Amino acid sequence: MAGADFCELMSALEYNFFTGVPDSTLATALKVLESDPRYLYVPSVREDNAVGVAVGAYLGGRNPVVFMQNSGLGHCLNALTSLVSLYKIPLLLVVGWRGADEFDAPEHILMGSASPALLTAVGIPFWIPKRDDIGTTLGAASLRSRSESSPVALLIRERVID
Amino acid sequence: MIEADVFRTFMNTSTNEAVVVANGYLSRQAFWCRDLTTNFYMVGSMGLALSIGLGVALAQPRRRVVVLDGDGNLLMSLGVLAMAGHMAPPNLMHIVIDNQQYASTGGQASSSRSVKMPMLALAAGYRIALEASDQAQLLKALEQMRAIDGPSFLRVLVSAGVEVAPRVPRSPEENARTFKKSIAEDKT
Repeated sequence: MAGADFCELMSALEYNFFTGVPDSTLATALKVLESDPRYLYVPSVREDNAVGVAVGAYLGGRNPVVFMQNSGLGHCLNALTSLVSLYKIPLLLVVGWRGADEFDAPEHILMGSASPALLTAVGIPFWIPKRDDIGTTLGAASLRSRSESSPVALLIRERVID
Repeated sequence: MIEADVFRTFMNTSTNEAVVVANGYLSRQAFWCRDLTTNFYMVGSMGLALSIGLGVALAQPRRRVVVLDGDGNLLMSLGVLAMAGHMAPPNLMHIVIDNQQYASTGGQASSSRSVKMPMLALAAGYRIALEASDQAQLLKALEQMRAIDGPSFLRVLVSAGVEVAPRVPRSPEENARTFKKSIAEDKT
């Protein structure tokens, strides 16, 4: 799916506050969020700060999305557990999944294979969309997040959003 | 000046502000000093007080948002100063209550005495950065910050005495719900 279409989908689901740390897997969507004045995108210095800003935005009445590479999951685990889950904040995480396959760069291999188990361990439900069902998975993730007032994640493989 | 003095002075002069208080003893003291539904008390996620406050400030540009931060909290996540300076919400006030220690874990020294915090804030893009170490300076600084566009920064030096307050007797979930509701209903 094109990055712009993914942004439209999020917008249609009333997500209206975007922050995060860039990842090449999500680059085309981030380009749109940064450049299209219809979207509010806050560039974050680290993934835990992005989560904090998103929680603040939610408390202020917005519906936030946090973008990151899965390497950043390690940076923000405490924010996800002791802030987002504890305070019951509905938060959509869009996570670029580097190292999903063993032929990625070496720094991504270990975290890549651990990412699904890591999310499971901290009780965050996640979806792994394909190019042709990303709209459906986004809808399901958003529904779950809002009905349970909790964090959810999309693990995005390379070339799913292009 | 002790931390309790800072809370009393701040709360007594605060009206209609959304207040995000850092975790540790700071949140507990704020609660027992003056509990308002417009206070958000962190209990975990150390280092993220300014991140949360920045998010609130961006989402509610017409309401003044105050972050009551600690030295350990700020130092844990200094990078977020760059985000606050970059986004530069004029409605953001950032106050660091600096006791130069990690009080709630036993008073271990922090490295804040070596750090010129106001210079960091200015370098990051804050409009103004002040310091206070007594009541008169604190009152004057608060008045000045409330009169101008931010983001504004204040470091308040307090003595390192341990002031233990009981935990906040309200669930984090309820805190989030009431905070969100009260800052949404009363748009100023």
